[in-house]
Amino acid sequence: MRYAMAVDTRKCVGCSDCVVACQTENNVPLGFCRDWVVEVMDGTYPQLEIEIRSERCNHCVNAPCVRCCPTGASHFAEGGIVLVKKTECIGCGACIASCPYDARYPHPDGYVDKCTFCEHRILKGMKPACVEVCPTKCMYFGDLDDPNSDVSVVLKKRKFKTLIPEAGTDPRLYFLI
Amino acid sequence: MKEELFVSGRMNNMIDPTLHIWHWQIPLYLFLGGMAAGILCLAAVYYIRGEGKRYYTAVRITPFLTPFLLVIGLLALFIDLRHKLFFWQLYTNIKLQSPMSWGAWTLMVITPVSFIWCALHIRDIFPKWDWKYKWLRELEKFFNKYKLALAWIMLIYGLILGIYTGILLSAFNARPLWNTSILGPLFLASGLSAGAAATLLLSKNPDERKHFAQIDLVIIGIEMFLIIHMFMGYLAGTQVQIEAADMFLGGPYTMSFWIFVVIIGMLVPAVLEILELRKYHIPALIPPVLVIFGSLMLRFIIVYAGQVSRWLY
Repeated sequence: MRYAMAVDTRKCVGCSDCVVACQTENNVPLGFCRDWVVEVMDGTYPQLEIEIRSERCNHCVNAPCVRCCPTGASHFAEGGIVLVKKTECIGCGACIASCPYDARYPHPDGYVDKCTFCEHRILKGMKPACVEVCPTKCMYFGDLDDPNSDVSVVLKKRKFKTLIPEAGTDPRLYFLI
Repeated sequence: MKEELFVSGRMNNMIDPTLHIWHWQIPLYLFLGGMAAGILCLAAVYYIRGEGKRYYTAVRITPFLTPFLLVIGLLALFIDLRHKLFFWQLYTNIKLQSPMSWGAWTLMVITPVSFIWCALHIRDIFPKWDWKYKWLRELEKFFNKYKLALAWIMLIYGLILGIYTGILLSAFNARPLWNTSILGPLFLASGLSAGAAATLLLSKNPDERKHFAQIDLVIIGIEMFLIIHMFMGYLAGTQVQIEAADMFLGGPYTMSFWIFVVIIGMLVPAVLEILELRKYHIPALIPPVLVIFGSLMLRFIIVYAGQVSRWLY
């Protein structure tokens, strides 16, 4: 089992519905976000190109945050999801400094918090909140080992990229281009 | 011409617009830990070589600083933790891939060792000292018997502690400025130089002072070499490392780094020490204080600048 997500940068309109859905679903403290929208504008007017991405933790296969965690609070759960055990996290901030995507943040309660791929929903057979709520249906989630999952199918027929592949993290968040 | 505009909807506290998760506590600890490591290594080396009498201050007096340095450093680390009540989790796990786990366990060994080393030499400071209880006297006898082994443990763990303060940062490939293995040896050298400076501050014996001024000079030379080597490495590296080096070569950290660390913390004390060795009269306090100041500034500047350096995508 290898969970992954694909975001279609050609369908995403940057409405931030995924961000709000995540904050509501996961009770994210005010002022913080586990997922966010990035807009990159390229070129000079009138030759402009815009890429909009809904970003979150990349659930890297070679995750620097799991490697540097001194207590094992950052760990791989079933399906390669990178999670933090609240009761083992000492809040040292090493994982936050180690993430090239800056996907983690210090929760006001002390521990480090991040995207969980909505593990509690996946276990019930549902999709993550951000995927479920997207009005343009630009996100695909599923198991890479299952050739018929949404994410496997779309990655077979579309070109895609990952973020900072040169950092050697081997992300599981793909952007369709 | 190609222009790029990057807009992110994220504004997480301590993460955006640039990372600032680590504040004064971490560089202060890296400095105190490095200096304690330097003092303990030098004391152990001279004890093992059987020169405990010749370099009396370095072996028997300066180590009295280390319990204070280490305890203040540990306190700073504890203040930095955001989930403080769970700090004991550090000592229920051994994570070989995590430098911080290595550091936690190293401190677990070297802090008691530094206390024991001081206890064995407490009569040098308080000649009439008496361990009120019999079992304490027997414990002292036991450690005196195995003092050589203790010195070896102190040397090895001192080296690990000194290197680890750099490796802690260099293991983060997400921060291009830190991601150079030179930081390990550089911080070790800086710690040794601060340790030698501590002996220079305390010693009144001209023979010992001369020896430690020479040692300090050699280590400053090594540090200069390592710093040049580090920048050559960045400039021959990837785009993000070139950008990281640019922060020190014309960017926002240029003045503070080259003035406080290199000129005031290394070149000026080196020149003063050379003059002193040539029999010019130099106030004894100035060179070691400058070296210790430079060592502290090095940690602060590297920790703060490293958090600003990043991958852009």
